[in-house]
Order: sequence, then structure tokens, then C-alpha cells
Amino acid sequence: MGKLKASSLALPLIAFVVVTLLVPIFSLVRLSVYDSTVAEALPKTAEALQAWSGTDLPSIAIYETLAEELIAAQETRELGRVASRVNRILSGSRSTISKTPRRFARTDAPDARQAFIEIDEDWGELAIWHALRQATDTFTSRNFLQAVDFRLMPDGSIERMPESQQVYVTLFIRTLGVSIAVTALCFLIGYPMAYAMAHASSGLALILQVLVLIPFWTSLLVRTTSWIVILQQQGVLNDIFVFFGIVADDNRLTMVHNMTGTLVAMTQVLLPFMILPLYSVMTNIPRDLTKAASSLGANPFQAFVRVYFPNSLPGVAAGGLLVFILSIGYYITPALVGGSKGQLISNLIAYHLQTSLNWGLAAALSVILLVGVIVLYIVYDRFIGIDRMKLG
Amino acid sequence: MQNHLPTALCVSAMLLGSAAVAEESVTVVSFGGSYAKACVEGYYKAFEEETGIKVNLEDYNGELSQLRAQVEAGAVTWDVIDAEGPQLAIACDEGLIETIDHLNLPPSPDGVPAEEDFAPGTLTECGVGKVYYATMVAYHPAAFPEDKQPTKVEDFFDLENFPGRRGVHRSPQAVLEISLMASGVAPEDVYDVLDTEEGIERAFGMLERIKDEIVWWEAGAQPPQMLADREVSMTIAWNGRIFNAQMLENQPFKILWDGRTIDSGGMVIAADAPNLENARKFVEFSARAESEAGVASYIAYSPVRKSGYDLVGNHAITGKPMKPHLPTNPDHGGRQLTLSTEFWLDRRDELVERLAAWLNR
Amino acid sequence: MNTLFWRTVKGAIGVFTAFGFLFLIGPLFVIVPLSFNAEPYFTFRPEMLMLDPEAFSLRWYENLFNDEEWHRALFNSFFIGICATILATTLGTLAAISLNQSNFPARRTVMALLISPMVTPIVIVGVSVFFFYSQPFIGLAQTYLGIILSHAMLGAPFVVITVTATLAGFNQTLMHAASSLGANAWTRFRRVQLPLISPGVITGGLFAFATSFDEVVVVLFMGGLEQRTLPRQMWSGIREEINPTILAVATLLIIFAVLVLFTVEWLRARTAKQLQPQ
Repeated sequence: MGKLKASSLALPLIAFVVVTLLVPIFSLVRLSVYDSTVAEALPKTAEALQAWSGTDLPSIAIYETLAEELIAAQETRELGRVASRVNRILSGSRSTISKTPRRFARTDAPDARQAFIEIDEDWGELAIWHALRQATDTFTSRNFLQAVDFRLMPDGSIERMPESQQVYVTLFIRTLGVSIAVTALCFLIGYPMAYAMAHASSGLALILQVLVLIPFWTSLLVRTTSWIVILQQQGVLNDIFVFFGIVADDNRLTMVHNMTGTLVAMTQVLLPFMILPLYSVMTNIPRDLTKAASSLGANPFQAFVRVYFPNSLPGVAAGGLLVFILSIGYYITPALVGGSKGQLISNLIAYHLQTSLNWGLAAALSVILLVGVIVLYIVYDRFIGIDRMKLG
Repeated sequence: MQNHLPTALCVSAMLLGSAAVAEESVTVVSFGGSYAKACVEGYYKAFEEETGIKVNLEDYNGELSQLRAQVEAGAVTWDVIDAEGPQLAIACDEGLIETIDHLNLPPSPDGVPAEEDFAPGTLTECGVGKVYYATMVAYHPAAFPEDKQPTKVEDFFDLENFPGRRGVHRSPQAVLEISLMASGVAPEDVYDVLDTEEGIERAFGMLERIKDEIVWWEAGAQPPQMLADREVSMTIAWNGRIFNAQMLENQPFKILWDGRTIDSGGMVIAADAPNLENARKFVEFSARAESEAGVASYIAYSPVRKSGYDLVGNHAITGKPMKPHLPTNPDHGGRQLTLSTEFWLDRRDELVERLAAWLNR
Repeated sequence: MNTLFWRTVKGAIGVFTAFGFLFLIGPLFVIVPLSFNAEPYFTFRPEMLMLDPEAFSLRWYENLFNDEEWHRALFNSFFIGICATILATTLGTLAAISLNQSNFPARRTVMALLISPMVTPIVIVGVSVFFFYSQPFIGLAQTYLGIILSHAMLGAPFVVITVTATLAGFNQTLMHAASSLGANAWTRFRRVQLPLISPGVITGGLFAFATSFDEVVVVLFMGGLEQRTLPRQMWSGIREEINPTILAVATLLIIFAVLVLFTVEWLRARTAKQLQPQ
């Protein structure tokens, strides 16, 4: 078998991953910086505004051009899309733009500019014109700026969002914090469990394996639902607490629809992804190693820290990577048990994808998340090697 | 050879799946749950009987991303969509739905033309209104002493006299309006106030009073569940869900009609709907006063046609009169506000972000 | 004293570990009895704890078996899952065999690429395939094909990993022996290599199937109403109409998971036996 033939068998999958994952991700990046809606709907206005000084109201000719193009856009039903794009730059301008062509024909003002101002006095302000000019740019940094709580001012300068609207940075930080916390919790709980599986007598080990694998194979939604059942105020755990008199019946604990719920449920859901790689590494650590360490006078703690733990590190890294990345992109569990404080960045991505239809912003938020993950992935590959990843 | 069997099955099933269904049908996408059941019993069945067109009912959560994807890719599978006010207007703006000017809307049973019979604002460029629903405060009477039951919307924000946790929809829409009414703004001034920075601060200021006691909900099924479990003592809720809990599950919940906001969705036709003719027939049928009243005999949503409202009688399952439960019944008294679609189109994304930022604080 | 100390520490860790297992598995068993609740709630009623037969009923299972939407979801889950598994397993096995050649060029980079679907946050996968497939001229959003392709892509890394692991124990001299007996490449693969690595292939396939069977974000963003799967239907159920039908589905899924698990374990045991030196 020639070298060429051997490696060619991998080509179908390589091509498949490129087409079904890398190309879509590339189109995501494009979407986050590119939007030609307004430039295409109002081409002449776009051109005229490039030459506009920006310090005084545009000339009457520009008003006329805009009126013409807005009326045309209304007929082709492009108007709403134009208005929504401008509204993203200047909140509140949607209605100003969408009512203008309808009313323009009915005014008896002497010129187009006065007609516009009669329809809505906002047309006599510079702000809406700056917003309109900005919306005609096909390439924009607006989405990325908004994704980090900055905004592109109508005059082209960059400014922080007012404090009452700063959302995304906090959510990125929270997502990062939750992911680190979940990874740490999974490690703390999972490490001794993996150890028990790897080193128990064969009968017990088999039972423990089954106990880890059943949840692993059970639907994510089933497990999330069960946490709602357990943690809610009239839930199982509160019932138990009340029965044993730990809390009063009228003072039941709130454990779901908040951060506690998110952390608990995510940790349980992701725990197998920590245990399985750890287990596969631990089964290959010879028991003689720690025995040797003990015979050289190390106490169990020293033997563990100096000898056993370093040998299990590849498993810790693999499990940590899996859990961390899975929790960074988490959507389902926070959406169901998260409540207001348990929201993560993916919930906002879903909002802009599904409800506000602001796909550019959804794409920009995703790209930022992705860059973080790629950096992590490269670091992992450098130090551990992705080809050493094993599952059970 | 047996290895190839599943593959063959998959391929043939894919081919089968793409083959068109020859039967006359219309695909209607609507909200699920008890509302969908009310519509099916209320008039979908009558439509099927009268026209012989089969209604394929699908449920969704009001998100339009799927419709937009269909329209952009040129492969529309939806015909008729039941949409909420602002979503309807966005879809109309984005060109995702047809305008209604080709429709021949039926007059009322006694001959009043449709344009006069529909309540103002319920016939829009793209949508034909169907029913009004209310977003308002509901409470569990057992949570408060008998002589101290809540009576006005202010009580929702008064933890001292009306202790207990509060359920609030995690959405600025309706919640901010209710907050402003509770702060003393008259319903007719709410949008003028909410259009200013101070007004927004004022609304959030009301929420600030109860912030520590708020349980946020996202799905309409949650408020009655939370009341039943006594997770909250009072909650903002949709009236149809509370009505069902009262009627069908004998829950003792009470609705506080004061400070309610009402909103009407509408039936719309997807752009390039595959069964356009059937879709038109269906929307015209939906617009009949009898259809609207039919829905209202299963769930407590008010017909948007005056003649439809007059037709409403008793609950089809329990036989109890429906009118006392309808959100637009003038006998409720108290303050009532109709949600402004235009305001929410202009300010929604900004206010969603502000709510998220406020929650993060 | 010293040994007593270490014993106490060990005991404490043992108890902690036991709680870990309880934490992991316990939640699943809470669901099962509640799926027989006679009332439409997620909470245990006092009557249930008294084991009053009146408090239990099969109504949610009846609901499930009579509901067409759940039937369709069940069909979709298996249809999409099986198609995605066939695709992922075929491509993944070929790639793993080829990666196992010692002279494979840029092995590490290629491996990193092939594993990448597993470590791309699922929300990003969902968003990008949705945007990409909904473009004009592609139009794969809300089609079975679009979801199958995405699920196959998500499942393929598992196949690559498990088959690579099995191949590590595969004795290449067997192939040389077959070759010296005059077998061509295809025969060598079918008659010698495939039977020996088949447990790895099947395990990988099961992983791929489970990935698809449990996947909800891609279906949520990209799937149309026609393509609703079981997890997608449960998602609506939890958010829209909260009643124990969901718990009945959950119970059935747990049983299914246990069956899958035992299949995997049985296969693993078989591999272990086969790979033992004679």
C-alpha cells in the first residue's frame, strides 16, 4: 500500500468536516461583519451620503433622493428591513423611517426637507442621518463592538455603551466563571470516582462503571428535568429537608431557577465527561508505582502527590478540556434551570438568532466565543496532544 | 449484504419524505398547549368539514428564525402562522409574510363590514386579528388573609402588606407597562412616559422594590404551575393559562384585572406559501365572528370583532358562562392598557438588553 | 495513630466518593415513580409516599402512546440517528484506519481537525450550520439531510477515537500474512481487519448514535416542525405544557440507555477477549 493510498482513506472525512463545519463557521464570520441590506435598497442615497459633510443637514437633493428610494423600497417591501437596520444603530428610528414614504405623498410642504421634518422632526436632526449613513456601509465593526459593550457612534467614533445597557461582557465573564467552576467541581467530585473505578476489585469496579455510564447514555433533557423535579420548592430535596426539620415548611430553599440550579445540574450532566478520560488514564497507571513510593518512605499523601497524580495528569487535562468546552457552549440546561442569574452567553445568542433576528450580533457573539475555544484547543494540543484523547 | 439494508431504508425514506402529498391541505403554525386545542375545537374542525381542506397543525414558540430561513432559502413549508403583535410586525417588515389586501374578509352575521366590526388596530398591513389576551397579575387567595386580599396592581409591588414571592415574565414587554401603571401613571400616558429615560428608570424602580423576591419565568405554562406549587404568592401571567387552571383543574387562583395589558395577535400568511389559495381560505374562515367566538368557548380570550364578542356564550366543557372571564369585559373595571406594537418595534432590542443588564447588576 | 489517621482520611474520601456516585445516578431514579403520578404535577403527593394505588396511574404512558407528535418524534430520532450513525461510522472508520498508518502525513494536525466537532461549543455549531444551510442555493435548513449531515459531523470524532484505540492493539503482521497468501487490499480489509476492529467500530457507532439521539441544539435552531426529534419534543414539553408525559418519555429513555450500555459493555468484553494473546 502506497503512502498516498493509505492517507487517501482519511480524505472523505476531512472533506466532510470541512464542508459541514469549517465552511459554515466561515460564513458565520462573514455574517458578523457584512450586511448589504441598506446599501442595496438605497443605492443612490448611500452614494450621496458618502459626500455629505456630516456637520449640517443634507441638501434638499439628498432628501429628494431618499424620498424616492424609500417609496420604491416600500413597494418592494424592503422598507421594513431598512428601518430595522437603522433602528439597531439609533433605537427608536424604525417608526420614523417606516412612516415617511406613506406620508410623504400627502404633505404640501414646499420642499422635500421641510416635508420630512413635518412628518417627523427627527429628520431635522443630524443623528438619524448619521445612523442612515452608517447603515449603508456593507462592512461593519458594529456587531463586534456591541458584543463587547461598545458602540459605534453615528459620527464614527467608538464609545462605551451606557451602563444601563452593558450586558455582554458581564455575560462572557459569567460564562467563563461558570465554566471554570463546573470544571473544578467535576474534577473534585470526579477524580476520586474515577480512582475508585480504576482500582476497586473487579466486581465493584464493574458496578461503578455501570453507575457512571447509565447517566452518560441518558438524555441530557431527562437529567435536566430530573433536577427541576428535585430542586424546586415543592421538590424532593426540600421535602426531605422539611421532613428532617432542617428547614421550615414555609421557608423552603430556592435551589432552582438561579445559579445554584445551573451549577448543580451542569456539574452532574458533565461529570461523566470528566470521569471517563480520567478512568482510561488511571487504569494504565501501574499500582506498583505508588507501592514503590511507599516503600521508599513516602506517606500516602506524598505518594499520591508526587507519583500518582502526575501520572494521571493527561486524564485530568482531557477531562478538563471536554468539560470546560462543553460548559462554555451550554445552552439547554441554563435555559431550563438557570433563571435570571443563571443565564449564559449562549442564551443571548439564541435570543438574537430566534427572536430579534439580529443575526449579525448573534454571529459576532459566537465568533468571540469560538476564538476563545480555539486558543484553548491549540494550547491543549501543544502540551498534551489531541490524538491522545480517549473515552473509557 | 445485510449491512446495506439500513442504508437502503434511509435513502428510500428520504425520497419518500420529499414526495409531495397530493391531498388538499394547509399547514397552520400556532402556539401549542391549551390555546391550540381551543382553536382546533373552536373552528379548525369546522373549517375542515366545510372546505374539505385538511389542517396540518404545527406548534412553535413564536420565534421567526425558521420562517426567515425558509423564505431566504426559497423553500417555504408554512402556510398560515398565528403570530403575536410585535413579531407579526417584524415579519411584515422583513417581508416574510403576505399583505392582507387580497383577502375577502367576511362581514358580521348581521351585515356590518369587516373593517368596522374589527376593533381598531387588529387589522394591520399583514395580519388579521383573532383574539385579545391579557397579561396581568394573578394570585393564590390562600397566600393572604381573607380580609387582606390584593385588590389593585400596586399591591403586586407592596411586599410589606402582601408578602410572598412574585413571578415575573423575563421580558420587558407588558412587565414595564404594568410597573408604570402601578407607579401611578395613567394607562393613556404610559407610552409617553416609557419613551423617556426617566420613565424607563421609573419602571425599573418599581421592579427594584420586589427584585429580591422575583422568580422569573419564560414559558406561559410556568405561572399556574408556580402558583399551584405555592412557589409564588402572586405572579404576572397570561389570563388564558390562569383560566384553564381555574376551570379544568379547579385551582382557586384569582385574577387581578386592575392594571392589565391586552394584546392581540393575528393570523398571517407566509410569503410564498406553498398552499396560498387554501391559506387565504383559512384566514378568511378564521376572521368569521363564529370562529373567534368558537375559540372563546374553550379559552378565555376575547374575540377582536364586536360581533364575535357578542356571540360568546358558555364554556364548551364546563358549561359555565365565559364572558366574566374575557379580558376585554368592561365589567372588570380597573385600569386597562392596549400594548403598543409600534413602541415595541422601536425599543424592544434596547429594552431587552437593559433588562438583562439590570438583572446582572 | 498514623495508620488510624490515614484510615480516617481514606474513609472520608470513600464516603465522599459514594456521595459522588449518588449525585450522579440518584436524579435518574427520582423520575421513574413520578411518571406514574395520577396528578398532572412534578411533585410527590403524600398519597404516593403511602403507596396508595389510587395515586398512581398509567395515564401519561397512555398519552404518550396515543399522541401522534410523539410517534413522529420517535420515528425522527431513530431515522436521523441511524442515518447519521451510518455516515459517521463509515467515514470515521476509514479515516481511523488511514490515520493508523505509521507514515501518515501531518497526523497530528489532521487528527486535531477531525476531532474539532467534538470540542466546538454546540451553540456555535448550531448557529453556524443554521446560517449556512439557510442560504439560498443551499437550502438545507429544515430538511432531514441538513440535520443528518450535522449529526454525522458531531458523531464522527467518537468513531475516530474508538476505532483508533482498537487499532492500537491490532497486529499489523496479520495483514502481511494475508497479503502473502494472495489477498488483495479489499479482501484483507474485509476478511481480516474489519472483523478484528468491529467491536471498536460498533462502540464508536453507538457513541455516534447517542450523540445524535441526544442532540437538541442543532435540531432546535435548524430543524423544522417536520424534523422534531424526541429531545426537541421534550424541550417544548418542559417549556410549554408541563406534565408528566415528559417523565414517561424520560423513563423509557432511561431503559433504552441501560440497554445500549449493556450492548457496549458486552462488545468491550468481547474485544478484550479477542485481543488477548492466544
